[in-house]
Amino acid sequence: MKPAPFAWHAPDELEAALALKAEHGGEARFLAGGQSLVPAMNFRVAQPAVLVDLNRIATLDTLGFTADGTLVIGAMCRYRRIERDADVARRLPMLAEALAEVAHPQIRTRGTLAGNLCHADPASEMPAVMLALAARFLLRRKGGERLVAARDFFLGPLATALAEDEMLAEIHIPALPPGSGTAFLEVARRRGDYAMMGVAAVLRRGADGRCAAARLTLCSAGPVPLAADRAASSLLGTRLTAGDFAAAAALVGAEIDPMGSVQASPAYQRHLAGVLVTRALSLAAERAA
Amino acid sequence: MKITVRINGANHTRDVEPRLLLSDFLRHDCGLTGTHVGCEHGVCGACTILWDGAPARACLAFAVQAEGHELRTVEGLAPGPGQLNPLQQAFQDSHGLQCGYCTPGILMTMTAFLEENPKPDEAQVREALSGNLCRCTGYQHIVDAVLRAARAAEQRKPNA
Amino acid sequence: MNSFGRPLTRNEDPRLLRGEALFVDDVELPGLLHVAFFRSPHAHAHLVSLDVTAARAREGVVAVVTAADLGDYWQPGPLLVPPPPVPGMVFNQRCQVPLVRDTARHVGEPVAMVIAASRYIAEDAVGDISAEWETLPAVGDLEAALASGTAYVHADLGTNVAAEVHQARGDYDAAARAAHLILKRRFTYDRGASIPMETRGVVAQWDPRADRLTVWDTTQAPVVIRNGLAGMLGLSERQVRVVAPNIGGGFGPKMMMFYPEEVLVPWAAMRLGRPVKWIEDRLEHFFATTHERSQIHDAEIALDASGKILGVKDVFLHDTGAYDPYGLTVPLNSQCTLLGCYVVPAYDSRFTAVFTNRTLVTPYRGAGRQHGVFVMERLLDLAARELGLDRAEIRRRNFIPADAFPFDQGVIYQDFSRLSYDSGDYEPILDKALAAIGYADFIARVQPEARAAGRSLGLGLVCYVEGTGIGPYEGAKVQVQSSGKVSLATGIGSQGQGHATAFAQVVAEQLGVDVRDVEVTTGDTDQFYWGVGTFASRGAVVAGSAAHEAAKVVRQKVLKTAAAHFECAEEDLVLADGKVHVAGVPDHAITLGKLAGLANPMRGAVTPGTEPGLEATSYFGPASGATASGVHAMIIEFDAGTLRPTILDYVVVHDCGTVINPLILAGQIHGGVAQGIGNAFFEQLAWDENGQLLNASLADYLIPTALDVPRMRLEHTVTPSPLNPLGVKGAGEAGAIPVGALFAQAIEDALQLPARGIEILEMPLGPSRLFEITQRG
Repeated sequence: MKPAPFAWHAPDELEAALALKAEHGGEARFLAGGQSLVPAMNFRVAQPAVLVDLNRIATLDTLGFTADGTLVIGAMCRYRRIERDADVARRLPMLAEALAEVAHPQIRTRGTLAGNLCHADPASEMPAVMLALAARFLLRRKGGERLVAARDFFLGPLATALAEDEMLAEIHIPALPPGSGTAFLEVARRRGDYAMMGVAAVLRRGADGRCAAARLTLCSAGPVPLAADRAASSLLGTRLTAGDFAAAAALVGAEIDPMGSVQASPAYQRHLAGVLVTRALSLAAERAA
Repeated sequence: MKITVRINGANHTRDVEPRLLLSDFLRHDCGLTGTHVGCEHGVCGACTILWDGAPARACLAFAVQAEGHELRTVEGLAPGPGQLNPLQQAFQDSHGLQCGYCTPGILMTMTAFLEENPKPDEAQVREALSGNLCRCTGYQHIVDAVLRAARAAEQRKPNA
Repeated sequence: MNSFGRPLTRNEDPRLLRGEALFVDDVELPGLLHVAFFRSPHAHAHLVSLDVTAARAREGVVAVVTAADLGDYWQPGPLLVPPPPVPGMVFNQRCQVPLVRDTARHVGEPVAMVIAASRYIAEDAVGDISAEWETLPAVGDLEAALASGTAYVHADLGTNVAAEVHQARGDYDAAARAAHLILKRRFTYDRGASIPMETRGVVAQWDPRADRLTVWDTTQAPVVIRNGLAGMLGLSERQVRVVAPNIGGGFGPKMMMFYPEEVLVPWAAMRLGRPVKWIEDRLEHFFATTHERSQIHDAEIALDASGKILGVKDVFLHDTGAYDPYGLTVPLNSQCTLLGCYVVPAYDSRFTAVFTNRTLVTPYRGAGRQHGVFVMERLLDLAARELGLDRAEIRRRNFIPADAFPFDQGVIYQDFSRLSYDSGDYEPILDKALAAIGYADFIARVQPEARAAGRSLGLGLVCYVEGTGIGPYEGAKVQVQSSGKVSLATGIGSQGQGHATAFAQVVAEQLGVDVRDVEVTTGDTDQFYWGVGTFASRGAVVAGSAAHEAAKVVRQKVLKTAAAHFECAEEDLVLADGKVHVAGVPDHAITLGKLAGLANPMRGAVTPGTEPGLEATSYFGPASGATASGVHAMIIEFDAGTLRPTILDYVVVHDCGTVINPLILAGQIHGGVAQGIGNAFFEQLAWDENGQLLNASLADYLIPTALDVPRMRLEHTVTPSPLNPLGVKGAGEAGAIPVGALFAQAIEDALQLPARGIEILEMPLGPSRLFEITQRG
C-alpha cells in the first residue's frame, strides 16, 4: 500500500496552482488535506501523475463572515479550525454538529471541507449539509471564476461539476434568518464512520409560529446528496407537529434512492431515513422555537 | 529531493522521493520506529503523531509536506533516557497496553487531548480515543490510564 | 516476596511506552531488500500464462520469483496438526503452496514474489506483471459446495469434503424417544478476521561467514518455524535462528502456519545473499492471513419435563477455506465445547469440513468454541421458553455438579486426549453473576419500568467452558546472572500477554528476588531451543509451570551453594531481596550474584554429579488440558428506531484457577470481550458470488472502538487445576467465547422478539440484518 510515483508541485500562490492545473489537466490532482486522496493513492486506486499541493498557499486557509453574515471558507481551511470557531458554532450550529461526525480528530486536523466536497462521496455528511445550508461554491480557474450552487455541484458518486482546470476555492454559506432551527442526525456503524443514513434539516418559523421555510437533505440516500424537496415543501404553513413530521417522512421515501452497502441494505437505509427525518425535523423545530 | 524536517526538536535532513509517506520517512529514514503502521489508510491510528501540536495520521501525509512543520513522535515524550512521562507512567500503572503496537499512536492522541481537556470524564476520553484502534485491551485500562494521568496532573498543580 | 498472585504492573511496558521495543518491521539491515507479491485477483482460476519480464526489467528490481523459479523448493506446506484419532474419520489433506503454479484457489493467493530496493518499487513492479487467467466457478456456499455438479476447489479430490468426523456417546435416539421436549434449529456463524494491529512480517538474513540464517518473524511459534524452515532449506536446526520479537497481537493466525511468505522470504535471502524483508500491508492481510468462523449447525436438543437435558444431536458444516494445513482444531473445538457446563447424557455430533475458494480458516481466539457455546446456549434459551423456566434455572439444573470432577465428556478433544474437565464449580459462578448484574431486580423492576417508559432493555446471561493449557509441553531455563538478576528463557513467543511479568512472578516467588530483576526472554530460538508455541490459552499454564519447575531447581542450587558458603544447613537459610542469609542474621547476607560466582569457580574441579552455575532447565507437559469456565451477563438497550444497541452493563465472572497476576488477567478478559463484541455485532467478512471480498479495509470491516466496548465488571472464583503445579488454567480466549450467545439472548429480550415469533439464530448480527430479521415476524 504505497503510492505510485508522481511529480509534486507545492506553489506558494493560488495563481501558480491554477496555472499548473491548467497545464496538466486531468493528469493532475490538487492535494489539500489529503485525507481522502492519500488513502486512495496508497491503495493505488488513484494514481495521479502530478500533485499540485495547496498546503503552502496561505491565502487559501481562510475562515470568516462577510458583512451580510455569509460564512466564507477557503479551500485550505481545515476542519479543525472550523470546529473550534465559536462564531461558526453559534451562527451555523448544524455545521459544528455535523463536523463532529466526520471521521476522528486526527483526520480533522488535516482534512479540509473543500477537499471533502470535491471528493463527492455520497455517504459523506458535508455535501448534504452544504445543500441544506444552501451553500454556493466559488470555482476558480486560471483567468476566471464562477459561483455554483451546492445542489448543482454534485453530479454522481465521486463526480462534481468541476472542470479539469478548476479548483473549489471558496465555500459561501449564507446566514440563517432569525427563527431558524437546524439539526443534523446520522446513523453510522461506529462513531466517525460514513453514515448509513444522514439527515440535515433546516426549518424556519414565521411570526405566526407556522413553518415559513424548510429544507431537508440526506446523505447515503442516493448517488449524490439528495434534497427531499417535496417532503420539505409539505411542511410549509404547518404548525410543525409530530403528525406533520411523520407526513414529511412518508414523502421522503419517494425522493431517495439508497444504494445499499456492506453495512446497510437499501431497505434498512429507507427505514433509517424515515426514523431520522422525523427526529431531525422534530429537533430542528424545537430549536426554531 | 532534499528535505529537512523537525522532529522532537531535532532537524532531520534526508533525500526523499515525493511519494514517500511520512510514516515511512519517520520509521525507515529517520529510524524513529516507535511510530507504528497499522493500516496505511488512516483508520487505525497507530501512526498518529503530533503535527504542529495536533494529532494527525503520518500515513496520510507525504514526508515532503512536513518541511517547515514541527513534528512530535512517541520518542519525544519521555523526559530523559530510561524515564517515562506522567502519561506513559499512567499507562504502565493502569496496564493500559498489551502488545503495545497501538500504544504510541494512542499516547500521541491523548497527549494532545489532555492539553486541551485537562479534566476529562470517561465519556470524553472514550470519544477522543475512538480514532485509535486497539485489538488487545478492550480499551478499559487505556481509559483508566488517561483518567489517572489527568488526576495526577491535577494533583501536581502547585495550588491544587 | 509474595509477588505471585499480585496485580503487578508489567516489566515489558517501559520500552513499549517509549517506542523502543523491537517489532519485526523495525529490523533494518545493510543492503535490505523489500518484497511485494503479485496475488491472484480471482477466487478460483487456472493460471494460463504469467509474464514477469517487464517487472524484472524495472530499475531497482533485484528478482522476480515465480513457481517455476522455485524448482524443488516448490511443494505444499507441512500438515501442522494431524487429524484426530476418531474411528471412521475422513481427512483429505491439502496444504497451501508457496506460489500458485497452475490453479489459484482464493483471492490473494501469492503468484509471484518481487524483490526490490524498496517496497515502493516492488509494488510498482507488481503492477508490471501480467497474467492470463481462465476463471473457474468459485466455491463459497457450504451447502452448495457439497451438492452434485459443483466445482471442486481441489479437482483431483472429486469432492469438496475436507474432513468428516462423527463422535457420539450414549444413545441419542433413545433420549429423543424419552424426551418431553425436542427442539431443532439451524444456527449459522459467519466469517471474521483476527485483525491484529500489527500485520504479519518476515525479515531474513543469511550470514555466509557464520553459516547461519536469522529470521525475524511475527510468529506465535518460533521454535516450530525454526525446525520447519531448517528442514525445507536443507539446514540443521542449529543453523537457523528464528526471533519473534515484540509481536503486535497474534490471536491465533500468527501461529506456525508456514505461510507462503514465511517460507519464501528466507529462501530468497539465502539465494540472493542479501537480507530480505516482507511486511504485509493491511490490504494483503485481509486475503493472506487466515480467517475463522463460518459454520452451519443443524442442532437438536432433547429434554425432560423438568428441563434436564437428555441428549443433543448436532450436524454441522465447517468452512476450512482453500487448504487445511491446521487440521481439524477449529471444528473439534466446536464439537467438544458445545457440551459446555452441562451434563449431556447422550451426544451425537457429526461435522463435515468443506473446502471453499476463500482464505484459509485456522484458529482465531476462541477457535471454534464460540460456535459450540452459541448452539448450546441458544438451545437452552429456547427450551427454557418452551418449558416456562427461568434462563438461569435451566442452566443450573443441568450443571455438572461440583462433586463430579474430574468429569469425563467421552469425546476426543483438540489435543487428541479424551476430553475430561479437571475441576470446576459452576453454581457459585452463576450466583455471583446473577448478583452482580442484579438479575432479580432487573426482571422484577428495571425491565418492566423501562418497557413502560418505551425503552427496549434486555438482559443476556450465558455460561461457557474453555479447554485451555493443552500439551504437548513447554520448557524454561532459569539462570542467576552474576549481576544478581535472574534470567528466564522459554520457547514460546509473546504477543502482549505479559509473559515477561507473569513468568517473572513465578520465578521471583521461588528465588526471593524482585520481579523487576527477572529478565524474561521469549521468542528467540537461540535463547531456548525447545518449545511449541503460544496458542490455545496455554502460555501461563504450560510455560508458566515449566518456569516454576526450573526456578524450584535453581532454588535448591542456591540453597546448596549458600549452605556451603555459610557452613550451615540449607533449612537454616532464608532467600529474600535477592540475597541469602542465615535465619536470624539478616545483616550477614550474600547476594545471588555472588553465589552465582561461587557456583562457577575459576579453580577446583566441578565434581561428578554437579554442574557449574545456578541454572536449571525444566519442562512441563500436562496430560490433558485444564478447563476454565465462566458466566457473562449483560444489560443492553436498543434504540428501537435505528436498532442500534448500547451496552449498559457487562459482568464477567470467571474461574481460571489460581491467578498469577489479576491485573494482567483483567486485561486478557477485557480484550477477549471486546473481540467477542466485534464478532457478535460488527465483524463479518462479506463476499460476492465470485468469491471477492467486499470489505477488505478497516473502513469497511469494523472492529470495535472505545465507544463500542463498555466498561466491564469482573469477578472471579478459583478452582485450582490439579493438572499443574501452579493450579492455573488458561484465560486468553475466555472473554471472546460466549459473547455471540449473550448478544443473541439479550437482543431477543430487549426487542421482545419471542412474542413476535422471532428467534436469533445467527451471528454476527449488525443492525441492518437485525432489521431484516425483525421485519419477518
